[in-house]
Amino acid sequence: MNKIVEKVALSENVVKMILEAPAIARKRKAGQFIVLLMDEKGERIPLTIVDSDPERGAITIIFQVVGKTTAAMAAMKVDDYFSDVQGPLGNPTDIKKIGQIVCIGGGVGVGVVYPLAAALKQAGNRVISIIGARTKDLLILEEEMKQVSDRLIVATDDGSYGFHGFVSTVLQNLIDAGEKIEEVFAIGPVPMMKVIANLTRPYGIKTVVSLNPIMVDATGMCGACRVSVGGKTRFTCVDGPEFDGHQVDFDLLTSRLRMYCDQESVAYEKHKCGWHGN
Amino acid sequence: MKNTSVDGMETEEKKSKKEKIPRQQMPEQTPGVRVKNFDEVPLGYSEETAVLEAKRCIQCKKPGCIAGCPVDVKIPEFIQAITDGKFLEAAHILKETNSLPAVCGRVCPQEEQCEKVCILGKKGDPVAIGRLERFAADYERKTGQISIPDLPAPNGKKIAVIGAGPSGLTIAGDLVKLGYAATIFEGLHKAGGVLVYGIPEFRLPKAIVEAEVDYLKKLGVKIETNAVIGRIATIDELFAEGYDAVYIAVGAGAPVFMNIPGENLSGIYSANEYLTRSNLMKAYLFPEYDTPIVRGRNVAVIGGGNVAMDSVRTALRLGAENAYIIYRRTEVEMPARKEEVHHAHEEGVQFKLLTNPVEYIGDEKAWVTGMKCIRMELGEPDASGRRSPVPIEGSEFVIDVDAVVVAVGTMANPIVPATTPGLETNRRGYIVVKGESGETTRPGIYAGGDIVTGAATVILAMGAGKQAARAMHAYLSGK
Repeated sequence: MNKIVEKVALSENVVKMILEAPAIARKRKAGQFIVLLMDEKGERIPLTIVDSDPERGAITIIFQVVGKTTAAMAAMKVDDYFSDVQGPLGNPTDIKKIGQIVCIGGGVGVGVVYPLAAALKQAGNRVISIIGARTKDLLILEEEMKQVSDRLIVATDDGSYGFHGFVSTVLQNLIDAGEKIEEVFAIGPVPMMKVIANLTRPYGIKTVVSLNPIMVDATGMCGACRVSVGGKTRFTCVDGPEFDGHQVDFDLLTSRLRMYCDQESVAYEKHKCGWHGN
Repeated sequence: MKNTSVDGMETEEKKSKKEKIPRQQMPEQTPGVRVKNFDEVPLGYSEETAVLEAKRCIQCKKPGCIAGCPVDVKIPEFIQAITDGKFLEAAHILKETNSLPAVCGRVCPQEEQCEKVCILGKKGDPVAIGRLERFAADYERKTGQISIPDLPAPNGKKIAVIGAGPSGLTIAGDLVKLGYAATIFEGLHKAGGVLVYGIPEFRLPKAIVEAEVDYLKKLGVKIETNAVIGRIATIDELFAEGYDAVYIAVGAGAPVFMNIPGENLSGIYSANEYLTRSNLMKAYLFPEYDTPIVRGRNVAVIGGGNVAMDSVRTALRLGAENAYIIYRRTEVEMPARKEEVHHAHEEGVQFKLLTNPVEYIGDEKAWVTGMKCIRMELGEPDASGRRSPVPIEGSEFVIDVDAVVVAVGTMANPIVPATTPGLETNRRGYIVVKGESGETTRPGIYAGGDIVTGAATVILAMGAGKQAARAMHAYLSGK
C-alpha cells in the first residue's frame, strides 16, 4: 500500500503525484520506472520515476489520462492508497560527462526527460533542453526544466507559446546554427522520437530514446514489451527502457501499442458511464 | 477359485477384499459446460468416495509411495486417517511434510511419482493418492478448522527467500518450523509464482493458493511483494541487512520465442504473457478487471507441454471457435500430462501434429492473420531419446489465425545472477548447485527449482526447497 501525499494537476489531463515509497526513493536512479496498481482489479501501469526524495521517502510520478485506469487514477485524492507499487525497474540511464547534450521532451514525455536532464547536468554536462506540447496549456514542467538546463527552448505546435512548431524543428535549427551536439536524449510520443532519430542519423549524433510499450510483469517474464532494436528482439523492461534511437523499429512499437485500442475504449466508455461491473 | 476383476485381470479372491473396490473416479464438469467457464474441471471426492478409495490402500509394510514423493509425504498414514474418517488428521499429517497439499493434490504428476510405484498398480490401478490428498486438504480448508502446529522458539537467525513460488514457499515453511525467521521477497504483487500467474483457475483455483499462502503466513512466514531482488536490493545488500542465508527460487521466468519472421506482430503472445494476463490479472473477467486480453477466433498454441495445454484450454474459454495445438512431434512425444491432453481433446482442441510454424503473416495493421507451417516427420532419436522431427521439404501450408501463443519453453531470468558476483551459472544461465543440497558457489546462498533445473514441475521445485532447507539448517547450525 502506497499513500498519495501530494497531487497536482499539471494540465487538463496530466497529473503529478507524490507517493510514499521509501525503499524505492532510496534506491532509484535516473531513467528507472515503477509499475503501479490501483487495486485488486487494476491493471499494471508502468510509469517513469520523475523524481525521488529519499529523506521524505517519496517518489514523483506524472501521468496522462488516456483510458479507464489513468482516469480512475486521476480521480484519486491525497491520502488515498495505491494497492501496489513495484520498483525501481529497468536499467538506469548511463550518466556520465559527455559535453554538450540536448534533452528533448514532448508532451508528458517532459516528465520522463526531466530526471535525465537533472542527472546529466549534475554530471557536468552542458544541457540544452527542448520541450514541447500541442498547445501552451498542455506544457508541463517548464520551471523545473529551466532549473536543470543551461538553455531551455519551448515549442508549441500551435504557436500559442514559445517557438511555433515541433521540437524537431528546434533541434534542426540548433544543428544548422552550428551548435556542437555530442548526444541527444529524446523522449515523447513515438512519432516525435522517430522524427528526431531520423533527423540526427545523417549527422551521426548519438540519440537515446526511452520507450513506453505495453508491459505486464515488467521483470522480463512475459515479453509483452518486446521491441525490435537493430533487428533483434529486446525486452524494454529488462534490456531498456532506453535504446539507441537509430536502431529502434518505431513502426513496430506503434502497432504493438495499439493492440488493445478497441478493448480499452470499451472499458473507458463503461467507466465514464459509471459502470461498475458485476 | 478365481474371479475376474473389473479390468479383466485375474486376482485371487482370498488375497484381499480391498482389491475388489475399483479406483474411484472423480466427478468432473462435462466438457460442453466447462469450456464456457473458468471453474475447476474436476470436482473432488465426496466423503464416501474418499473413504472407499482410501480403503483400497493395503498399508504396505515398506511403502514405495513415500520414496516416490519428492517431499516425503507420509502417504499410508494420511490415507489410513481417511479410512478411519479422521479427515482433519489426514490433513495435518500431509502438512507435516507438505505446506501446499491442496495444490499438490491438483497439479502433481502423481502418475510419474507416488502412484507409479504403488503396489496396486502392478496388477491394476494404483491408489488415487493425489485425489485423496486433494480431498483431505480441501476438507480442512472448507471446514475452516486449520490448525497451526507448535513451533520451536525463534533461533534468532534470518533467512531471505527470493521468489514466492512453490520452491520458495516450501523452504520458508520448513525453515519457520525449525525456528528461523523467513522472509520471502516476491517480485509480483501476489505470492504464489507459477501457481498464480501460470496455472489457470480451471486447474488450480486461486482461492486455494491464497489459502495455502495464508497458512504459511500464519506459521510466521513474512512475504514482501513488489520486491524485485536485484533492483530494490541485491543479495549482498540482504546479507548486509543481517540475513544469515539466502535461497534463490526465482523460476525460469523468461519466455522463449522461436525467432521466426513476424513473431512480434500484434496478437502473438508468449505463453507467460497470455497466462499472466488471464490468471494473475484476471483478464478473462475484462472489463470488470482492467487488464485486457485478445479473444481470438482462431487461436494457435505452439508447443506440447502442460503450459501449451493450459494456454489452448484458456483460449477456448475465452471464446475461440478454433483452438489449435501446433506440435512438431506426435502425441506420444508430448511432454504434457496425459490427463491434460485428454481434457484438451474432450474440450475440442484441434491437434495439428508433426507441424511447425516457420513464419507469421500480418495485415496492414501488423496484426497476425496467418501462420505458415511446415509438415514434419520423425527421424532418428536425439539426445533426449525422442525421435527428432525433420521438416518435409515443400510441405508448407498456411493456417488462418488471429491470435498465437508461443509455448515452447522458458529460460533463466538473468536479474538475480547478473547482480550477484561470484554466483556461477551454466551456459544456459541456470544457477550451478552442488548435488541436492542446493548450495551455490557462494557460501550461504542456496538455489532450487526451475532456476537450477530449467522448467520442471511444481513438486520438483518443492522437493528442492525441502532439500535446501535441510542443507541450510545444517550449515547454519554449525556456524
